[in-house]
Amino acid sequence: MSSRNSWLSLALMAAAIALVAFYAPEDANQGLSQKIFYFHVPIALTAYACFGWGAWKALRYLWRREEHYDLESYVAIHLGVIFGAMTLLTGSIWAKISWGVWWTWSSNQLVLFLVLFLFYSTYFMLRFSVEDGPMRANLSAVYALFGVVLIPISFLAIRLANDFIHPTVFTSAGPQMSGSMFATFCVCLAAFLALAASFYGIELAGKRLDAKLRELRELLSP
Amino acid sequence: MTASEKYLAAAYLVVFVTVLAYVLIIGAKLGRLEREVAELTELARRKLDG
Repeated sequence: MSSRNSWLSLALMAAAIALVAFYAPEDANQGLSQKIFYFHVPIALTAYACFGWGAWKALRYLWRREEHYDLESYVAIHLGVIFGAMTLLTGSIWAKISWGVWWTWSSNQLVLFLVLFLFYSTYFMLRFSVEDGPMRANLSAVYALFGVVLIPISFLAIRLANDFIHPTVFTSAGPQMSGSMFATFCVCLAAFLALAASFYGIELAGKRLDAKLRELRELLSP
Repeated sequence: MTASEKYLAAAYLVVFVTVLAYVLIIGAKLGRLEREVAELTELARRKLDG
């Protein structure tokens, strides 16, 4: 499954890069730098998806009390933080060329995404400050669930606050871009979601194997 | 190279480097797990022999 996912994400990523380079037209206002959009926005949406998936697994853990949900929630949040860091970095580069600054505190969406990122970054501090066991799993799950509230707020902030700095491409009237731009965006989004799914599968398999090996070592040790 | 091209290249490089770093870390972890499996196999073999 992981191997199939990896090949799919690799193929989609190759297609995405080819579409961005050769198919998507250059933006009339921003020029070539607008092409950062094709990676920046899908990465941000993937980060939201990872945090959401992590919260869903946390909810499942609190509901069913099955240990594997705790590990799944942890891995999803770990990936969410990695994709979140990429969102902030690519966004900052795009801000510099578009607005002339690396960061602006006046954009609600930017600040809320930073809050979301920092919130989930501190998840690891909480998790690793508690000894392994049900207490750690419970605290981590509750914390992961609290964070999920920030996702819709962060996502809708720009619409709620009439923020004119950060551009709004997806409105209630549909995507504000040409068909070829939207097709490229969809392929890029699929590529990053597939990449996250394959990383999730690989990391989860590694962690499960690690746990089994630890158990085996205890059984074999004199 | 224009400023626009430079920033575009920088943004894509950030993504590439992050993904590469992640793959390398996962690769290193898998290497460690492989060594551990070999070590435990040896330990189990010795236990069975002796």
